Amino acid sequence: MSVENIVGQGGEHLVVHGLEWTAKELFTYPNEFIYWSIQIVMYPYMTGLVAGAFVLSSLYHVFGQQDLKTIARFSLVFSLALLPVAMMPLQFHLQQPFRGMNVMFTPHFTSAIAAFGIVFSTYAVIVLSEIWFVYRKFFVDQIEILKGKEGAVDRFKYYLYLLLSLGAFDTSDAAVAKDKKAVKILAGIGIPVACFLHGYAGFIFGSVKANALWMSPLMPVIFIMSAVVSGIALCMLTYIIIMEFKKWSAIIAKGKGDESVQVIAGAELDVITKTSRYLLGFLIAAITLELLDLIFRGYTAMKSWDILRSVMYGKDFIHIFVMQYGIGNLLPFIMLLVPGLSIRRVFFALIFVLFGVFMMRWNVVIGGQAFSLSFAGYMHYHMPIIPHNMETYKEGLFGALTVFATPFALFWVINKVTPSLEYK
Amino acid sequence: MSCSRRDFIKNTFKTTLASTLPLSAFKMLSPAEVKAYTGDSSIRWVFLVDTQKCVGCGLCVKACKKENEIPYDPPITRTWVERYVLMKNGQAHIESPYGGRDGYTETKIRENEIPPEQIAKGFFVPKLCNQCKKPACVQVCPVGATYQTQDGVVLVDRKWCIGCGYCIMACPYGMRFFHPIHKVAEKCTFCYHRIKNGMKTACVQNCPFGARRIGNLKDPNDPVTKVIMTERVSVLKDEYGTKPQVYYIGLDTNVR
Repeated sequence: MSVENIVGQGGEHLVVHGLEWTAKELFTYPNEFIYWSIQIVMYPYMTGLVAGAFVLSSLYHVFGQQDLKTIARFSLVFSLALLPVAMMPLQFHLQQPFRGMNVMFTPHFTSAIAAFGIVFSTYAVIVLSEIWFVYRKFFVDQIEILKGKEGAVDRFKYYLYLLLSLGAFDTSDAAVAKDKKAVKILAGIGIPVACFLHGYAGFIFGSVKANALWMSPLMPVIFIMSAVVSGIALCMLTYIIIMEFKKWSAIIAKGKGDESVQVIAGAELDVITKTSRYLLGFLIAAITLELLDLIFRGYTAMKSWDILRSVMYGKDFIHIFVMQYGIGNLLPFIMLLVPGLSIRRVFFALIFVLFGVFMMRWNVVIGGQAFSLSFAGYMHYHMPIIPHNMETYKEGLFGALTVFATPFALFWVINKVTPSLEYK
Repeated sequence: MSCSRRDFIKNTFKTTLASTLPLSAFKMLSPAEVKAYTGDSSIRWVFLVDTQKCVGCGLCVKACKKENEIPYDPPITRTWVERYVLMKNGQAHIESPYGGRDGYTETKIRENEIPPEQIAKGFFVPKLCNQCKKPACVQVCPVGATYQTQDGVVLVDRKWCIGCGYCIMACPYGMRFFHPIHKVAEKCTFCYHRIKNGMKTACVQNCPFGARRIGNLKDPNDPVTKVIMTERVSVLKDEYGTKPQVYYIGLDTNVR
């Protein structure tokens, strides 16, 4: 069928990608739209969470930061739950989602996206094998416990753990010591790979020379720093929620004055206080780099600065200076620094930090498309809220929420197999 | 049959090695490499736009849309014409509604009446893919679905493009867009299906004023090549280092 026929039959159903959510102002080229929308905001955000969660767990495994022992296991398992989700937004965004695998078949290595599959798989292998070494003894113990038990669930669990143990049943001290060594090595390799995975997400943007806002060699480093910030923050937040839940169930079961309640609450605050110091460190690094980038652009004032300035200080002022730097960086920074830290204060500070990193991604991805390549016009993004077709679902609020909710559902499942939340 | 773990690993290693060596005799070609062998290496297609001759009738845009099956009503287009109206006070009015498809017959720009006595100068600038010598769009395609032929034209493989939009982002000229029906990246091809069969591009053929011309840069006797070689021509946005191959006569500093 020729195109004219198709157009003739259903012209009004033609979906021009980007047309629906882009409002243009002054002069833009005819083909310019917000092509990269909310899912491309989600992509570096989710990848960042993966990388950050892994780095947090590695701080314990490699550098022996004992204060992170409790959260290390949890953040490792959580980074596995986040892993498939880093792919999801890309898949949602592709115009030809079924061809996504082509990147693995014919990677075109001059493209920054092409190596994604390889870097990502390498990283997945490292995370999976590290978890295997961490939990191998646990698997063998479970097999011993479940051996000979009747009942379908127990049988299923027995075979599952049998499969997961991969036939390595040796739990002698020498074997366990070897496991620990392997974890250390894997975590050691994992840190640069996690940083690479994310720095490379920054490179995808930083290397687009056509985009005045994106093109900066600082972009990968900025992305890594804010990734670690968001990853640590999400791990802490999830940890708090789960521990609070445990505390409340202990209170309901045993009463408020029970010793176990005090133990949980004490351990929780201890872990959170210590982890928040690392969070602050990375937060300072991230803000410093972002401000350096901003100041440098203003000082050198290249051709693009006029339009960039009008976007940053004018149209996107609220998004950048109020929501990102103000609510997302400055406010939690003060909240975490003021002495006498309480779980509630940390909880809200963490939400602001996560929001701030999200806004940073938003301001990079959407902000980078807020001005025309002609430097003579603007584009505004109106995120589709209520979906009325597949495209407005995928590239709208609900698509983003789907992506955001998935790691928690996955964690719930994975945590049943590799429990990561003992607070002893 | 007994097989110790050591034997298993040993045999796996041997098998891998034994199969890798013969397999390495084959060369992996990316789709871009394979496709790039099309085209005639004795030709380098270039374009020459004489902005002095353009009157903004929009016939080129119309012809292009029909010839290349780009849906007529959506605002996307492979080629377009921009109108520049520069005022005596230095203000610049620029527009290209629907790519200038319907011709510039109105004196209004974006609903604003432009007082003729305050106009310093006005002109039209046709735009199309620059078929760059170093195309950023080809560089960034993650699957090699877009490629440059030997005669210098950048094309898209509609069967292999995954629709990620990276090429659209990478083009400094905003030439690319998603085809609403094929759902893949779409761009001006210099009407490759026509020029390789000895015809002119649709826009060149339909320009009543000869503002658009196509030629072969490798042929010194080509009239277009002669103009490019002997007259003062310029290109758009050379600061991006893509080495664009659409040459312009009479560009203004205000042209974006």
